Amino acid sequence: MSDTILGQTETIGPALSPEPPRERSASLWADARRDLIRNPTFVIASIYLLFVGSMAAFPKLWTRVHYRDCALTADNGLPNAKLPMFSPGHWLGTSEAGCDFWSLSVYGARPSMLIAVMSTFGIVIIGLPLGVLAGYFGGWLDAIISRLVDMVFALPFLLVGLVVLSIIKVTDPNLRIWTVTMFLVLLGWTTVARIMRGSVIAVKNLDFVMAAKSLGATHGRLMFRHILPNAIAPVFVIASVALGGFVATEATLTFLGVGLQAPATSWGIMISTHQPLIQDYPHLVLIPCTLLIGTVLSFVLIGDALRDALDPKLR
Amino acid sequence: MSVSQAAAQLSPNLTGADPTAPLLAVEDLRVEFRTRAGVAKAINGVSFEVNSRETLAILGESGCGKSVTAQAIMGIIDSPPGFITGGQIRYRGVDLLKRTREERRQIRANKIAMIFQDALSALNPVFTVGFQLTELFRKHRGMSRTDGKKRAIELLDLVRIPAARKRVNDFPHQFSGGMRQRVMIAIALALDPELLIADEPTTALDVTVQAQIMNLLAELQRERHMGMILITHDMGVVADVADRINIMYAGRIVEKAPVFDIYAKPSHPYTKALLESIPRVDLKGQQLNVIKGLPPSLIRVPAGCAFNPRCRYVQDVCKLDPPPPLFQVQPQISSACHFWKEVRGDD
Repeated sequence: MSDTILGQTETIGPALSPEPPRERSASLWADARRDLIRNPTFVIASIYLLFVGSMAAFPKLWTRVHYRDCALTADNGLPNAKLPMFSPGHWLGTSEAGCDFWSLSVYGARPSMLIAVMSTFGIVIIGLPLGVLAGYFGGWLDAIISRLVDMVFALPFLLVGLVVLSIIKVTDPNLRIWTVTMFLVLLGWTTVARIMRGSVIAVKNLDFVMAAKSLGATHGRLMFRHILPNAIAPVFVIASVALGGFVATEATLTFLGVGLQAPATSWGIMISTHQPLIQDYPHLVLIPCTLLIGTVLSFVLIGDALRDALDPKLR
Repeated sequence: MSVSQAAAQLSPNLTGADPTAPLLAVEDLRVEFRTRAGVAKAINGVSFEVNSRETLAILGESGCGKSVTAQAIMGIIDSPPGFITGGQIRYRGVDLLKRTREERRQIRANKIAMIFQDALSALNPVFTVGFQLTELFRKHRGMSRTDGKKRAIELLDLVRIPAARKRVNDFPHQFSGGMRQRVMIAIALALDPELLIADEPTTALDVTVQAQIMNLLAELQRERHMGMILITHDMGVVADVADRINIMYAGRIVEKAPVFDIYAKPSHPYTKALLESIPRVDLKGQQLNVIKGLPPSLIRVPAGCAFNPRCRYVQDVCKLDPPPPLFQVQPQISSACHFWKEVRGDD
């Protein structure tokens, strides 16, 4: 913090010397941004996510072959299924059903990313206001919200997922994405609410909140103008870790047969359909696994970097 | 100064206020904190008055209820655990405790403003000081962003922050301690309050800066005809600035006197002991006269006079309830001690 040392000299009356040139108003966020750009882990993870994200958003940028253009035998009569990597025309080989594996992987990014991003938005939209209300007002409102959090938190995620998602029989691929998202949000918002509540309680006892109160600030203003900006940093961290978690959870649910279902494609579906072939054709399982792990890892690493950059205590 | 004139016109008026009544009169105020360890009686019947252009100092050691008094006047005690259990806080004759939450919110900053001890933690770290001032004008006065900013720069100039036009875009952590306290003063004065409560405004500063800040406060008070309540534990800070002093101990006022009389001839054993414990140059090398013992826990205040376990003049009557009332010593002086005559050395 060179700023404070510079600022220590008290100037009385008209300034005797022109102020030394100093770095322009560095807020917590500006500092964090500067830190992040210099952090190689963050940069690499971001580039990877940009790659996967563009696959999800614009799959046609990456492949001209549609993932459902499959053929068990090629035009020349040779078998086309389960081709090894670097075969002519199919550089990642072909799937069990003779589909281009690269194209499957590219199109498989969309459902995973869609579910992860929407679920994360969902848990923040539900969890953040509830956490702020519970932390700020305390008392019976806090008791109700906290017990609700405890109750939802106590549900075993996978078991409930298996039961609920196997009961809901939506087969349309797009609606299925929404169903899985809803389920993930309903069971996932508690983490955000918990973290937010704790963080608001820590901030609301700081002097500047009392100072704002003594200047006639309303409850809403105290909560959202004064407390929230000072308390929201951990939510960014939780959210980025949750993004990775949701990618993995979607794949898990799909692998167990209750998430997305063929003929849709996703990395989870690719893993589960090729899992019996792992001994003879390991690349058919390893490729979607690699993409998946890379995505999860990138999100987690970004979360880590964010936490380091946003935590003033580590400075 | 057209901007500030417009601001003054928009200041909300309190219905039923009597401009001839004392600026602030606190009467028999009682505050307690209900904690798990028991009920802590933080303030037990405090009464005082402040008028415009007058500085009242409330002096006492940590935990005697000075800051709680300030917070009770502002209406910012967290409840629970804090509860105002009795008394009146009359602003221009209007009992604030009987007013609605919304009316009280309007009074804060517009009529009564407060300066906090540690300016760094009392300013919001994520916004520039200019933004924090501008927001105040926008929300309370309905000014535009540009007008608000103009007024913010005027105010920073007023509290003598050099290069105000540039520094208005700085964040609180970029200011030095003294400058930060000036920013706080600017924020407190932004809406032209009639009463300023300064809760240990110089405790976090070093001595040279303390003097500057106290002079600034005194000057601003003169210019604006404000009343001021100065809360402190530092007898040195008070001497130059205050008109009258109230000494607090364990949630009660034990002595009230004009500032000169306190130093010349204290009427309460506690005041006397406090004065004796100030280090003096002419008594160099001698043991410092400290007050033996600790202030009582507010959960278990001793019966009778709360100071009796530490008092030099203690007798049996001091240990009996009710505690001594404030005896009139002279027209302006009163002391809550049965033996004020002995303490003063009068006959």
